[in-house]
Amino acid sequence: MWVLLLLPFIGLLWLPCYNFLTPTLFGFPFFYCYQLAWVPITSLLLWLVYRRTPR
Amino acid sequence: MSSTVQWPALIVFILLFALVTVMGFYAARWHRPTTTAHLDEWGLGGRGFGTWITWFLVGGDFYTAYTIIAVPALVYAVGAYGFFALPYTIIVYPIVFVLMPRLWIVARDHGYVTAADVVHGRYQSRPLELAIAITGVVATMPYIALQLVGMQVVIQAMGLHGETPLVLAFLVLALYTYASGLRAPALIAFVKDALIYVVVLTAVAIIPMRLGGYGAVFHAAGVAFAAKGGATGLTLKPAQMLPYASLALGSALAAFMYPHTLTGIFASKSADTIRKNAILLPAYTILLGLIALLGYMAYAAGIHVASSTQVVPALFLAIFPSWFTGFAFAAIAIGALVPAAVMSIGAANLFTRNFWKAYVNPTVTPAGEAKVAKIVSLVVKVGALLFIIFLPTQYAIDLQLLGGLWILQTLPSLVFGLFTNWFRAPALLLGWLVGIGGGSWLVFTGGLKPVHTIMIGGAGYSVYIGLLALAANIIVAVVVNAFFAKKSN
Repeated sequence: MWVLLLLPFIGLLWLPCYNFLTPTLFGFPFFYCYQLAWVPITSLLLWLVYRRTPR
Repeated sequence: MSSTVQWPALIVFILLFALVTVMGFYAARWHRPTTTAHLDEWGLGGRGFGTWITWFLVGGDFYTAYTIIAVPALVYAVGAYGFFALPYTIIVYPIVFVLMPRLWIVARDHGYVTAADVVHGRYQSRPLELAIAITGVVATMPYIALQLVGMQVVIQAMGLHGETPLVLAFLVLALYTYASGLRAPALIAFVKDALIYVVVLTAVAIIPMRLGGYGAVFHAAGVAFAAKGGATGLTLKPAQMLPYASLALGSALAAFMYPHTLTGIFASKSADTIRKNAILLPAYTILLGLIALLGYMAYAAGIHVASSTQVVPALFLAIFPSWFTGFAFAAIAIGALVPAAVMSIGAANLFTRNFWKAYVNPTVTPAGEAKVAKIVSLVVKVGALLFIIFLPTQYAIDLQLLGGLWILQTLPSLVFGLFTNWFRAPALLLGWLVGIGGGSWLVFTGGLKPVHTIMIGGAGYSVYIGLLALAANIIVAVVVNAFFAKKSN
C-alpha cells in the first residue's frame, strides 16, 4: 500500500509527461489541469493508505 | 499604485483587523488551560489541537500571506515556471504523512517542544542540537520579515504611506502573541482562512467572467509571454524542467523542517490528527493553484505594474469595488499575522529550549521557560520589523532563499534517527556543515540564484542548490559514519 505514495512524485516530477498546452479543459491548458488534478488524486491515495494503517 | 486613500477599503480593512485583534487577546481564555505559565501551553497550545483546528492552523501557517503576493507575482513575471509551488505543495503531503506522525510520537513521549529537542534526545549531542536550533532560528527570521512585506504591499495599495500602519499592526500582533501564545494564531487562523477562501473563490469566479473566461485569460498571458520572450511561457522550456522538478522536491522536503510548521505538528492532539490532516490539507493547494492564476488574469485585465509584487493588489483594485478590495486586503494582512505569530513562537521555543535551558539556566522551570519564550517572541518580531524598515526588501528575499537551503540541511539529523540507529552525531554534524557551507557558497557565487548548473559529459543540468547540498550532506554523513563505525569495531 505504501508504494501508492510514490505515485504523486512520479506523476509530478517527471515533467516530459505533462509539459504540453493541449488538450485544454475549461480553457485550462493541459500543464495546469494535469497538476491540479493531482491534488484530489494525492488526497485519495493518502486516504487509501490511511485506511490500511493500523492504529 | 494609487496615491489617494481608498476610504471604503480602509474602513472594511480596519474593522476586520479590529475583530482579529480582539480574538487574539481573547484566545488566552480559549480551551482554557490550567495555567499558561508552561511552555507546552504558551508554545504548543497545550498539545491538544484536534483535526479541524490543526487544519486551520497549519493551513494558515504554511500557505502564508507572502505566498499570496509572491506566487502570482512570479507567475506574472515568468509564467509556467512560477507554478512549481503547485507540485511542491502536493508532494509535501505524502512526506508529512510518513514522517510527521512518527516525529510527533517521539515529541509527545519525551515532552519535546522543538526539532533540536528531538535531535538532542536522540544523539545526546549539544553541538548537533545547537546546530539544528541556530539553523531553525536563522532560517525563520527572513521568513517573518517577508510576511511583513506581504502586509506592506496591501497597506500601500490602500493609499497609506509611511511605516506607521505597519508598525502599529505588528505591535498589536506582538502583544497578543505574548499574551496568548499559540492559541492566538490558532483562533485567528479560522478568520484568516475563511476570508481567504471567500476572496479567492470570488476572484477566480468573477475575474475570468469579466475578462472572457479562462481560455481568454490563458490566451492573453500566452500572447504577453510571446512578446516578452526569454525563459517565459505557458509551458516550461526544456531547460526549465529539471529546475522546476528539483525546486518542487527540495521545497517539499524542507517545508516541514521549519520551526513554524513543526510547531503546528507538535501542537496537534495525536499522530492520527496529523495523518488526517495530510489527507485534508491539499484543499489549500487547490486554492494556491487558483491564486497563482491571478498572475495570468492580470495580463487579461491589462494591468501593468512597476514591481511584480504589486500585481495582486493592482488586479483587485482594477476589478472589484473598493469595499471588497478592503476585504481582500484584510484577508492578506491577517494572512500575514498567523504565520508571523507561529514563526516567532517557533523561534522563541528553539531559543528557550536549546539555548537558554541548555547553556544559561539548566534548572529553569516550565514556568520560567514560558517567560523567556514570551520575551524572545517579542524580540524576534521587533528584529524582523527593523529588518524590513531599514534594509532593502531584496535582502529578505535572498535570505529567505538561503533559509530554505539551510533548513533542508537539518533533515538528516531530524529524520534519519526515526528509522535507524546507525548514525552518530559527529557524522551528522559534519554533513550539516558541508551542506550549509557548500550550498551557501554555490548560491553566493552563482549570483543568488536558486539553481546551479552541473556539467555531466558535456551536457548541463540545472538543479535546485538545496537538493545538491542535501546530497552532499548525506554523502558526507554516511562516509564519515562508516569510517567511525569501522574504527570502533
